[in-house]
Amino acid sequence: MSIYMTCFWAILKREILRFFHQRSRLFSALVRPLLWLVVFAAGFRSSLGISIMPPYESYILYQEYIVPGLCAMIILFNSMQTSLSMVYDREMGSMKVLLMSPISRSFLLFCKLIAAACLSLLQVVIFLLLANLVDVDIPWWGVIYAIPSIFLSAFFLGALGLMLSNFIKQLENFAGVMNFVIFPMFFLSSALYPLWKIQESSLWLYWICQYNPFTYCVEMIRFALYGQTNMSASIIIISCVIVSGSLAVASFKPRKI
Amino acid sequence: MSIVINNIDFMYRNKRALADLSCTLAPGFNVLLGPNGAGKSTLLNLLTAQRPLQRGNIHFDGVDIEKTPRQIMQQLGVVFQQTTLDLDLSVFQNLTYFGALHGIKARVVLERITPVLTQLGLIERLHDTVRDLNEGHRRRVEIARCMIHQPRYLLLDEATVGLDVDSRKLIIEHIRLLAQQQAMTILWTTHLLDEVQEDDPLYILNHGQLIAQGKCKTLLSEHQQNSVFDLYRWLTQPQGLV
Repeated sequence: MSIYMTCFWAILKREILRFFHQRSRLFSALVRPLLWLVVFAAGFRSSLGISIMPPYESYILYQEYIVPGLCAMIILFNSMQTSLSMVYDREMGSMKVLLMSPISRSFLLFCKLIAAACLSLLQVVIFLLLANLVDVDIPWWGVIYAIPSIFLSAFFLGALGLMLSNFIKQLENFAGVMNFVIFPMFFLSSALYPLWKIQESSLWLYWICQYNPFTYCVEMIRFALYGQTNMSASIIIISCVIVSGSLAVASFKPRKI
Repeated sequence: MSIVINNIDFMYRNKRALADLSCTLAPGFNVLLGPNGAGKSTLLNLLTAQRPLQRGNIHFDGVDIEKTPRQIMQQLGVVFQQTTLDLDLSVFQNLTYFGALHGIKARVVLERITPVLTQLGLIERLHDTVRDLNEGHRRRVEIARCMIHQPRYLLLDEATVGLDVDSRKLIIEHIRLLAQQQAMTILWTTHLLDEVQEDDPLYILNHGQLIAQGKCKTLLSEHQQNSVFDLYRWLTQPQGLV
């Protein structure tokens, strides 16, 4: 095994170990989307009718509609947690250990992004398994088909989180990230309502949602969960992965330590 | 195996942290002494490429740190002033993680680290979570960790600050032994005067300037002082107050 593989496995193992050590993080990662699914979706189910629209071939319950959005929400939260963990590492000093490695910083950051994406994937799969218990009918092969889409979205949002970590100077500033990044990205997308419904209510809101890359994460995952590929969403997210990944590595500022 | 520092300056916004600092650290145990805020940690950050040089240069055995920092990192062991261990992981997990970042497999890490941990009295705590260790034990883990990749240079930034007498004694004796047995170039930065011995090459930093350098006993006789404490006070405090 090359030194790069040894390093890659170590970073992946560390992130997974840390995730399972922080039980509250694991717990909230699952409870948050389940609450949305069980409480929010149940409440809105009667007032929101979803007509037949791709990838759905028949009328669906609102619960089923928001599952892809909740998968993307899990990824978004985990990615922002990763940015928080980078800030924590910088404040606590453990970032220095990473930077003292003779292996290139770009590769180390790439490993961090892959590790964050793997954690997102793990959480989404667990969520989908639990969602099946509350009348959401996602085919198991759909979950397998969606893995690349989930991974791509996780990589893109992880890179975004990494870029953000350059601007967060203290752990306390994470509340700002919640208000100015997570919530706008999530609400101004097709996660909770279909775009045509948003267009009916407000045209400017519709255009904001159209320009929000998170919308394409949601749509890519939505189609993939039913064994279909949303080509335009996939191309947009792959482009976002390339751009945000490069920017995250290029803008990484370890010297704030 | 020497570290050559040439005319380095460093500014934090408007505050000068280091001013035209030059010295050569030879193999062995070198002591960098200075009060808080003298610039010791800044110097360590420059020596470990954590911050870019603003002026001057640093060479490790002829290799320029600005040109090939990765090559130097392979040969550099560092203990920072702030603990850099992952509190949620065990001692073993921390050590293997560090080893892996240097491309060293867990099996090799364990082989290399067992004698060091035994010497430092930590072998029985190998699988304990770092969070459960006291400050002294955490420091020992960091010292063991910085030896995993068998470095030729060792930089320790106030490694014994805040520790009890026994831990301090154990750590400093261990590092001195390394300097003797493995002919490493060690830079021990401290503000604890009792850690300095008469034969140590001594570098005294104050307000970012190197105000004295040479063998401790030579400096004592040059400045006609009886102890390191007197010498330090003589050099770092305004003369009227001495």
